[in-house]
Parts: sequence; C-alpha cells; structure tokens
Amino acid sequence: MNTESITAIETVGEAKTPELNYLNNGFSLKSWLLTRDHKRIAILYLLTVSAFFLLGGLFAMMIRLELLTPKSDLMNTGTYNKVFTQHGIIMVFFFLIPVVPAILGNFILPVMIGAKDLAFPRINLLSWYIYILGGTLTLWALAAGGVDTGWTFYVPYSSTFSNSYVMLAGLGIFINGFSSILTGLNFIVTVHTMRAPGMTWFRMPLFVWANYATSLVMILGTPVIAITVLLLALERAAKVGIFDPALGGDPILFQHLFWFYSHPAVYIMVLPAMGVISELIANFSRKPVFGYSFVAFSSLAIAVFGFLVWGHHMFVSGQSMYAGMVFSFLTMVVAVPSAIKVFNWAATLYQGSISYDTPMLYALGFIGLFLIGGLTGLFLGAMGLVVHLTDTYFVVAHFHYVMVGGTVLGYLGGLHLWWPKISGKMYPEGFGKLSALLVFVGFNLTFFPQFILGYMGMPRRYAAYDESLQVLNILSTAGASILGSGMFLPVIYLTWSFIAGEKAPANPWMLPGLEWQTSSPPPTENFHVTPTVDFEAYDFDHIGEKMEEAKEREKVA
Amino acid sequence: MSAHSEHAVHHPGLQHQFDNMEQQREAGAIGMWAFLVQEVMFFGGLFMAYLLYRSKYPMAFAAGSNHLDVVMGAVNTVVLIVSSLTMALAVYYSQLGNRKALCGFIVLTMIFGSVFLGVKAIEYNDKFQHNLIPFEIGGLQFKWNEMQWHEAKNRGEKIPAEVEAYLKQHEAHGAADSADVAHTEEGAHHLDKNYKLPIYSNGKDGDKELIEKHATATEKELYFKDPTIWGKKVQLFYWIYFAMTGLHALHMIVGLGIMAWLLWTAWKGRYGPEYHSPVEISGLYWHFVDIVWIFLFPLLYLLGRHFGAH
Repeated sequence: MNTESITAIETVGEAKTPELNYLNNGFSLKSWLLTRDHKRIAILYLLTVSAFFLLGGLFAMMIRLELLTPKSDLMNTGTYNKVFTQHGIIMVFFFLIPVVPAILGNFILPVMIGAKDLAFPRINLLSWYIYILGGTLTLWALAAGGVDTGWTFYVPYSSTFSNSYVMLAGLGIFINGFSSILTGLNFIVTVHTMRAPGMTWFRMPLFVWANYATSLVMILGTPVIAITVLLLALERAAKVGIFDPALGGDPILFQHLFWFYSHPAVYIMVLPAMGVISELIANFSRKPVFGYSFVAFSSLAIAVFGFLVWGHHMFVSGQSMYAGMVFSFLTMVVAVPSAIKVFNWAATLYQGSISYDTPMLYALGFIGLFLIGGLTGLFLGAMGLVVHLTDTYFVVAHFHYVMVGGTVLGYLGGLHLWWPKISGKMYPEGFGKLSALLVFVGFNLTFFPQFILGYMGMPRRYAAYDESLQVLNILSTAGASILGSGMFLPVIYLTWSFIAGEKAPANPWMLPGLEWQTSSPPPTENFHVTPTVDFEAYDFDHIGEKMEEAKEREKVA
Repeated sequence: MSAHSEHAVHHPGLQHQFDNMEQQREAGAIGMWAFLVQEVMFFGGLFMAYLLYRSKYPMAFAAGSNHLDVVMGAVNTVVLIVSSLTMALAVYYSQLGNRKALCGFIVLTMIFGSVFLGVKAIEYNDKFQHNLIPFEIGGLQFKWNEMQWHEAKNRGEKIPAEVEAYLKQHEAHGAADSADVAHTEEGAHHLDKNYKLPIYSNGKDGDKELIEKHATATEKELYFKDPTIWGKKVQLFYWIYFAMTGLHALHMIVGLGIMAWLLWTAWKGRYGPEYHSPVEISGLYWHFVDIVWIFLFPLLYLLGRHFGAH
C-alpha cells in the first residue's frame, strides 16, 4: 500500500460518521418485515437462509454419524432415506440457490452499480415472503414425517410408491421456485435500467456480470422445475399419469424435465460465487482482473451451455447412446468457460500485491476446491467411465466439491469482504483466518476420501456399507466435524462483531468499487449523491483521487 | 435527498428508486418481458410433454382430440383475438389520456375474457358429462372404452348383446357409484379384452387400416395387443388437455383480476400521456395469454382431425 492511500484511509475513516443509515432507520418489527430496502431484505434473507443452512447441516451430521460404522445402527434404513433426502432438499433449494444472490447480491448489487434500490423493491420483499412460505411448507412436510425419495424426486417411486410427504414438500419447492424467479427478474431489470451515469456494461464489477448470468438461468430454468414438481404433485393427488407408465406416461420425461432445471441450477449456485471470487482475487491482488471481458462473457457462456448438458445425468437411464455422445461432448465444452475463469484468476494473481486477509483465504481455497470439483466432473462426463462411477460416492464427492467447495466458500469469502459494509463493524481477523483454514482442511478431509470410496464402489444413499471401507468413512466423518466447527465459528464471531466489534471505516481495504465510496453501513438510499462513474472496474491506479472525490461529494450533500 | 431536489416537479406515479418516468417505464416493460420469458418456460414443460407423447401415440391423441368441440374452440379463439384488439385500443387511449374510452375498452376486454372462460366452463362440463375427466377424484373415472361403445350404440350400430347388458348396468353417463368402481373397472377390462373397440370408423374394417397407416410402431403394437392400455394414452391426452387449458384459464382469471385493478385506477384518472406504463405492461400480459391459446387451439383441437370422423 502506498502512502497516498494510507492517508486516505485516515481521513475517510473520520469523515464518514453518518447519523442515519439503513440499520438505524427504524427499529420496529414492522420497519423490517414491511421494508422495501434491498439491504434490509438481504438481512432478512441472511437470517432465514442461515437457519436453513444450520438445519441442513444437522441432517448432514446425522448422515456422517450413521456412516461412522458399517452397519445401519444409529437409525434404520427408512429413517436414513429420509435424513439424506431432507439434507438434500434443504441444502439445494433453501440454502445453495438463494445464498449468494439473495443475500450478497441483494445487498451489494444495487450499490455496486450506483442504484438507489433494485428496480422492483416490493417484488423483492415479495420474493422473501414466497421463500418463507415455500420453506414453511417444506418444514411442515418434514415435521409431519419427512420425505424419502432423495432430493431428485425420481418417478415412479415418488409418484406411486413412496408413502412419505412428497406432495407437501413438492408444493413447497414449487412455491419457493417463484422466489428465485422474482429475484432473477429483479436483477435483470436492475442491471439493464438502474446503472448510475457512466456505469457502462463493461465498467460493471464482475460480481454483477455473474449475477446477471445467474438471473438468466433463474428465469429460464426455474419455471421448468416448477411445472415438473407441480405435475408430480398432481400425479400423486389425482392419479393422473404423465410420468407413470401404468397410466400411460414415461418416467424418463420426468428425468429430462428435472435435470433441464437441476443441472443449470448448479450454475445458479456456483456462478454468483464465481462472481465473488473475481472480486476477491482482484481486490486482494490490488489489480484489475486479467481479461475482464473474457471473465464477464464466460459467465454468460456458462449460463448458455449449462442449459445444454442435462443429459449427462441420464447416461445410464436408458437414454439413446447418440444423445449421450452429444451430451458428453457438450459437458466437455462447458468446462472451457469455467477453465477460462480459473486461468484468468491465476493470471490476476501474477505480479499482484497479494494480501492474505480472510476473504482472500476463502478465494484461494475456492480455486483449489473448484479445480478438483471441476476436473472430477470431466470424469463423470465421460460416457464410459461413468458406468462405473454412477450412483457411487464419487458423484457425491464431486458435487460437494463444486456446490459446497464452490458456493459456500465463495459465500463466506464474500460475506467477510462485505461484512464491514453490511454491519458497519470489523470482524476479528484472527478468528476469520482460523475459520477459513478449518473449513478448507475439514472440507478436504470430509470429501476427498469419498472420491476413493466411490471409486472402490461404495454406492450412495445406503445406510450400511462393507467393513473394508470403514477407515475412509471415519476420516470423512472426522473431517465433517472439523468442517462443521469451521462453518459455525463465523456465526459466533460475526454476531459478536455486530454487537461489540470495532467500528468499520467506509473503505477498510482501500478498494475502488462504488460500494466502498459510501458509508459503512450505507444510508437507506445507498448514496447521498448519485455517483458518476468515470473509471473502469478495479481501478486501483486512481484510488486516492477517488476517495477524495467521495469525501467532497459527501460534504456537499 | 439531492436526487429529489434536482427535479423540482415529480410525477405522483414516480417511485422512489427511479430518477425519472422514462427509467421507470423502461424497467416495467423489461420486467414484464422477463416475466413472460419465464412464463414461456413454464408452459414449455407442458408443451414438451405434449410433443413427446403426441409423437409417440399420434392415433390416441387424434382420438382424444376428435372428442373436443372444435366449434367452441374456434369461437373462443375469435373471442380472444378480439379481446387482444380491445386491449390494444385500451393502451392507445391511455396514451391519449382519454379516460372514458380507456375504461370502456378495459370493460370490453373483461367481457371478452369472461366469455372465453364461460365457453371453457361449458366445454369442461361437457367432458365431465361424458366421463372424459382424466382424474380419479370422488369416484370419477376416465371411461374411454365404455364411451366408445355408447357412441357406437347411439349411432345405431349393432353391438354385442353382452356389451349392451353391461352398458345398461353401468350407465356411462351417470356418475359412478364409488362402491362400484372396482367392479366397473374389472368389467370394462373384460369388455375390452373380448370385443374389439369401435374407434375411428365406427368399428368397421377401416379402423384397422387407419391404425396400420398412421400409428407409430409402438402404438400399433399396443393397440392390437391390448386396447385398454391404448385407452390410457387417450387419457394421457385428456390429462395434458386439462393441465394446459386449466393453467391457461388460471392465467385468464389472473388477467381479469389485473384488468379489474386497471379499471379502478383508470376510472380514478391515473393514466395519461405522461404515465400509462401499467396499462401497457398489463396489455403485454394479456396478449401473452392470448398467444398461448393461439398455440393451444391447433395443437389440441385441430391436429389429427383428418384421421377420422368425429
């Protein structure tokens, strides 16, 4: 850091002590539950999504505890079926999909482009209530006795044979889908129409690009799962047979429709996290992202190609071999834009002025885990190899590397980066680094053995396994407890810092983005004066001048 | 604060997050288009199911389609197209700020929308009367095979005595006794197994020819092996018919709700040359719902009519 920016820190830090910010602008319950402020809605999401994460995590712990021993002794196999289904449903639909867009995106995206709010604040609040309604119905299904179909709801088991609460859970997921559709719609319109003067498309931070691409997937994919789950629920309720072969239907159609959404859904989860990583890598290397437009367009490319690869979930479902070949090829193609991102992040690090703060540790961890997750995805995209690996722990390990190693690390990195902005307080850096380390180590210890287990032939979704596999399973369970404590640590110290932490300056890391040019926490309308953008994204060259300008603007206001 | 002071005069319709009316109008329009994109995908799942099963079982779909009332469908198509015209005129008059004409055309649009729903209700009732409801709710059952015999009988064709006795016992037009359901099913299956169903060409020899000529290999095998299972594919057609038209009708009802709100606000004189985007984007929605029907009508009512007489 040069001297110029150090002086800027001091002056900016004391210049900005706003009386009224979005947090202290009304304390009543009504001012929160009926708020239209995107930042408050993000906080509502933060609390509820975290609660679902905790619940899903508890189910994960139950799974790992059961798998500590080869026999099914902690719970019977029927209960085990319900436990892993609950884990999947909650984690996928109520945690991974909303986590980055609805919390971080909601909070920071409008600020990043210099807007006062999202384009449709009321629809934004509505989407949170829809999420709550969908979540309540699903929790109701859980409380009533649970679902045992697996999160994939494959027919004909789910439509005809399962005696669990499929309809209720399905209805919850159907309703919840509209929450993500409306969030996506809001982001698209906001990015198109609400950018501040001078904020051109190619000056937008890459996090905005990533969320824009994600939003496209949300509005194009989610309606398909909505109609699919609706048809499934109707099939159970009224004995109609669109998927049931006994009534004239075709179960493979369900798989096609399900994966047409659920594969792109993986990109709904990981793309926004990739956006976070682009921010982190650039900001903590103090350099613009290498090949900005390639990284921006690779998000769109992933969104587009992500829609064309769903068939790779169905290689062994009796799909035509020729269809399989096309899907296999396209699966390899979708790896290209992902690789572009990873290579460009690596190139950004090159000759950067790297600092290893907590967010950066998460970002570096992300790259490692995503690399493994992505490469093992190629194993599973190869038609021959997949015959051996389908429905084994190899698949489980692969998608956890991408969805947890990718999304959760991206989320935690972003949460730490923007925590001073969100809460107005600094988190304790030492604990932050410790949690990042625990998460990385715990994660690898949990899931790497599962690659080996899967390769050795351990099938997924069974409560019992062969005794020869116990050592690796014990390692995995041990890792899960480290991972769990690593993820729980931030809950404690972030809550503590929110109450008693050190007050955060407007720009604690001296970063050039628009969100750092307003106070921490920002006022309700984000900026006292609508900023004018005359700089490119990640413009570290003129950071001192920019901070001076921001200070001037505040004075005038 | 300052953004507000820059523009001394504010249109009352301008929301706080926008800088000016143009930005707000653009956001509304893009938002509605994005919403319609997701609607297309939502209906897309059903269209996918339709395409898949129609290509697999064209004759079953044609048989089901031939029992829809094409006149009613055509009337409804015209009604909806006219409602699109009145909607477009409503938008036009909102831009001119002609409050009375605007309200008048909204009312007309609502009337046409209601007529559509009324005709749809008559059609649904007709299917209910003929046991063409594909759901199993409250003792209701899909009775395709029995209906075929009934129709043959009504046309004055000779049908086997045993079948006639069966039909007399289980009047297909009356609501089935729920206690009788199991028995009925068994009996119906017995009938299908032993007597070849009169389909398409009134049970004469042409029937077989039609199937030979038009059916896919899968369907042919099914038809000649066990017409009962083939009848399930007709049921599938009706299931898709009800799912698609039902979802469409639901969108019409939502549309009528939007129109009612629009009428209320228009009556209060909220729209004029400066501010009319709610009328415009509601119009977009209305036109979309019309267009969905423009696709549904030929797919469900018209395709396959050439395969045989009504």
